[in-house]
Amino acid sequence: MKTAEEIFDLLKKEFNDSILSIDKDTPTEPIISVDPFKIKDVCLFLRDNEELKFDSLMVLSGVDDANGEKIKDEDGTEIIKGGTLSVYYHLYSIPLKHKITLKVSTPRENPQVESVESVWKCADWHEREAYDMFGIIFLNHPDLRRILMPYDWEAGYPLRKDYKNPEFYQGMRVPY
Amino acid sequence: MALKTETMILNMGPQHPSTHGVLRLELELEGELIKNVKPHIGYLHRCFEKHAEAMTYPQVIPYTDRMDYLASMYNNFGYVLAVEKLLGIQVPERVEYIRVIMGELQRIASHLVAIGTYGLDIGAFTPFLYCFRDREKILSLFEMTCGARLLYNYMWVGGLSHDIHPDFVRLTKEFIQSFRPTIKELNDLLSYNKIFIERTANIGVLPLETAINYGVTGPNLRGSGLAFDLRKAEPYSIYDRFEFDIPVGQGLMGTVGDCWDRYYVRVQEMEQSLRIIEQAIDQIPDGDVHAAIPKRIKPPKGTVYFRVENPRGELGYFIISDGSPNPFRVKVRAPSFVNLEVLGELCKGHLVADVVAILGSIDIVLGEVDR
Repeated sequence: MKTAEEIFDLLKKEFNDSILSIDKDTPTEPIISVDPFKIKDVCLFLRDNEELKFDSLMVLSGVDDANGEKIKDEDGTEIIKGGTLSVYYHLYSIPLKHKITLKVSTPRENPQVESVESVWKCADWHEREAYDMFGIIFLNHPDLRRILMPYDWEAGYPLRKDYKNPEFYQGMRVPY
Repeated sequence: MALKTETMILNMGPQHPSTHGVLRLELELEGELIKNVKPHIGYLHRCFEKHAEAMTYPQVIPYTDRMDYLASMYNNFGYVLAVEKLLGIQVPERVEYIRVIMGELQRIASHLVAIGTYGLDIGAFTPFLYCFRDREKILSLFEMTCGARLLYNYMWVGGLSHDIHPDFVRLTKEFIQSFRPTIKELNDLLSYNKIFIERTANIGVLPLETAINYGVTGPNLRGSGLAFDLRKAEPYSIYDRFEFDIPVGQGLMGTVGDCWDRYYVRVQEMEQSLRIIEQAIDQIPDGDVHAAIPKRIKPPKGTVYFRVENPRGELGYFIISDGSPNPFRVKVRAPSFVNLEVLGELCKGHLVADVVAILGSIDIVLGEVDR
């Protein structure tokens, strides 16, 4: 059993600059922010370290932070320029029974995060879903296709806050 | 000089009785052996997560019903516990007991469908009828309580939508009395049936390390021999007050972690659920079924990830609140979605007929896979 602060100190010693900060003000769980291009090494360390043994990834979720500048498009709808998209990783250790939450943030215009599919196979579909819904590109992912939406869906990424429904999809009316 | 051969692609689904809904499997065959399986999902995608962002917190509950439509009660349960954790409120004792009883009845009902349809996939028709006959009794209990048979919207943030019917306790005890012999009957008819064992033992063996790496949870993980159950590992609600065991796969008929083990874990779990209900039903305290909560639910800023042990595995809700009455982001960690990923790994080297057996043993609900 290790607390989030102890895990943070361990990571800081190992990776120093790649571990950005720890947010302790959240009501339920502390969140450790990590550099998006170092997340795979951090996760490998977390999985294989004898004192941590984070052998299971509970969930990987993409989030649109919607912290950019809101501007009006030509047709009067709001779009967001700038800001970040985030990915949250919730890890759990079955033998040691402790949890940790990691977070990476990446710019909205060019969202790129390193894939952790090679660390936990569980991340494969979760990352595909995050790509499908937010357009986050996971580098070195073996099979990054849309998973829930049709493969030829070209109207953008549905869970972004400024998503607009298209008028037509393959000649069929979308809004009914 | 060898004969030139090439693999064949065969599509199974989207409409096929054994896929339990709309799921397309792209099988790559070499003769009759499976080389690779690619599941294609998304045919039932209803944008639950996008809808949830436009609703207030209590309005999301009916939508959670429609994810895993065979275990709606438990989806409500997980969601309200997550929101209550975010709000930091305590619910009355009576509510806790009724929630646990309903949750366990739902687990039995869900496993009955899983077992019945699994028999049907493999060709046994009678157990399916027996299972559905008993499930109807549970659904009648639910109907008596909240008026719905499939989509309940029963657990609300801070309480329940209705109190239980005055006859509920008596009828539940009668159900337990009548259901115990049925499990034995089911075992004689299906579990120890030679044809059934031939079709399921040593098929689709899931090693424990693979299961953990793929994030497989629930009866599928326990079938591989690890006694990991969130009701014991991280007791939520009042599960720490009850005595029950965690059944694990032991490889009685073949190898640990094969289809038969996964199936048999579900049969044993129904008995354990009966034990929990028996202990809880006599202890229901009197009181109110609504906690005092504000009219408009506005949780503080922050994130919460809360997980419960669904009949199919670990159901988690990741909620981000920005202080407004609507959730900023709801992400559901659906057990079926994660469990289905391991299918390709399990099917390699088996025959086409075994794909049906393996898919049935994983026990997916497509409403939850696609959300």
